[in-house]
Amino acid sequence: MAFSLPPLPYSANALAGQNMCQETLELHHGKHHNAYVVALNGLIEGKGLAGKSLEQICAEAGKQGADGLPVLNQAGQHWNHILFWQVMSPKGGGDKLPGALEAKITQDLGGLAQFREAFKQAGVTQFGSGWAWLVIGTDGKLKVTKTPNGANPLSTGEGQPILGCDVWEHAYYLDFRNVRPNYLDNFLNKLVDWEVVATLLQQGGMKSGQSA
Amino acid sequence: MSMHPGRRLLLRGALTVAGAALAAPRRGLAQAPAAAPAAAPSGPFSLPPLPYAADANEAAIDARTMEIHHGAHHRAYVNTLNAAVAQAPQLASLELDAVLANLGQVPEAVRTAVRNNGGGHANHSMFWQIMGGRGGQPGGELMAAIGRDFGGWDRFRAEFERASTTQFGSGWAFVTVAREGGLAIVQKPNQDTPLMDGHRVLMGNDVWEHAYYLRYQNRRAEYVRNWWNVLDWGKIEARYAAARAGTLKI
Repeated sequence: MAFSLPPLPYSANALAGQNMCQETLELHHGKHHNAYVVALNGLIEGKGLAGKSLEQICAEAGKQGADGLPVLNQAGQHWNHILFWQVMSPKGGGDKLPGALEAKITQDLGGLAQFREAFKQAGVTQFGSGWAWLVIGTDGKLKVTKTPNGANPLSTGEGQPILGCDVWEHAYYLDFRNVRPNYLDNFLNKLVDWEVVATLLQQGGMKSGQSA
Repeated sequence: MSMHPGRRLLLRGALTVAGAALAAPRRGLAQAPAAAPAAAPSGPFSLPPLPYAADANEAAIDARTMEIHHGAHHRAYVNTLNAAVAQAPQLASLELDAVLANLGQVPEAVRTAVRNNGGGHANHSMFWQIMGGRGGQPGGELMAAIGRDFGGWDRFRAEFERASTTQFGSGWAFVTVAREGGLAIVQKPNQDTPLMDGHRVLMGNDVWEHAYYLRYQNRRAEYVRNWWNVLDWGKIEARYAAARAGTLKI
């Protein structure tokens, strides 16, 4: 089996009204994400990945430090983008969160406003390429974190992501240029599909269903 | 390193003793263009003006990218560096290359900010300076060194392009130059620089996506190939000579 590029769960122009233009989505999904899939498939044989799930590959590569980076760069980015497409929606944004998710955010993070500020700060302060995350930590509590380049909380052992925002410049440069804080505000206020995040919380994280 | 051992020791002392005065004056960015910055700096570091019009590098980089890259990205590094230095005033009297070569002695509270933004300031100041030309090839001693250290121009170009395209995520590809003239190609992530290893930078290409995304999108390799067309080898040859003379800073 090989890894594959999942289709976007909406059309490429579906988020244009929420400041993620068609060109951004076409490039991001069809070029960037696809390149990670192709590169990862090219590593399966040489790196002995056959039979392993994408989640397992991320976790194992993360434990190998610098030696694991060639695999983690591609495997992490494949997993990260699979989550990223799912947590955005043309109907996303707003302050109406499913009850269980809102209660959990309030209990663990102090409330929606506090969460948004912490998540935005994580994204703004991730220097260079990387991701901002909302994860179910190993202690069961929600936690906001960030990772560089292709890493993710599966690879760092920090927990199970239920929301991720790509802060590589390719994610926002056509729409927001250098102004990453505005991209993060827009993501949190207009793009996040809270129903999906609530489902992932209930399920204890995302299973990509992909394996080598 | 251009500093003799005695001065290096002095710097170490200055970096560890808060508020210590340093005898050596900060000469600013020795490699920056001579023109005064457009606005008064709010700290010891300032944004050097572009040494050419924003559209001077159209053979590789569009004017809009140059304007944002210089006026927004580089400016943000300068401003954030000044903010960090405001919290560690003992750094303000030092030259940037000395600060970057001794990051371990920068107060921990501002070390990451100085690394990221001091590196960003040094890297971009170098980057603007070596462009604005019409490409081609260097001559003289530099070309001889390329032949000696890389086995020829084509191999040098190929190795540099490989370093540029395989740097995963944000970063730079550099050519370092030793005092005795030896050249080496290195990759660095984010805004790290060989200055942090005590090495001198002959030249470098920015492969953060912001350097090329508006024109090339995901096609970094195409940007890297075109970049050769705007290099000013006269400037790079002057940097080579300065490195050998021990006067090259950032």
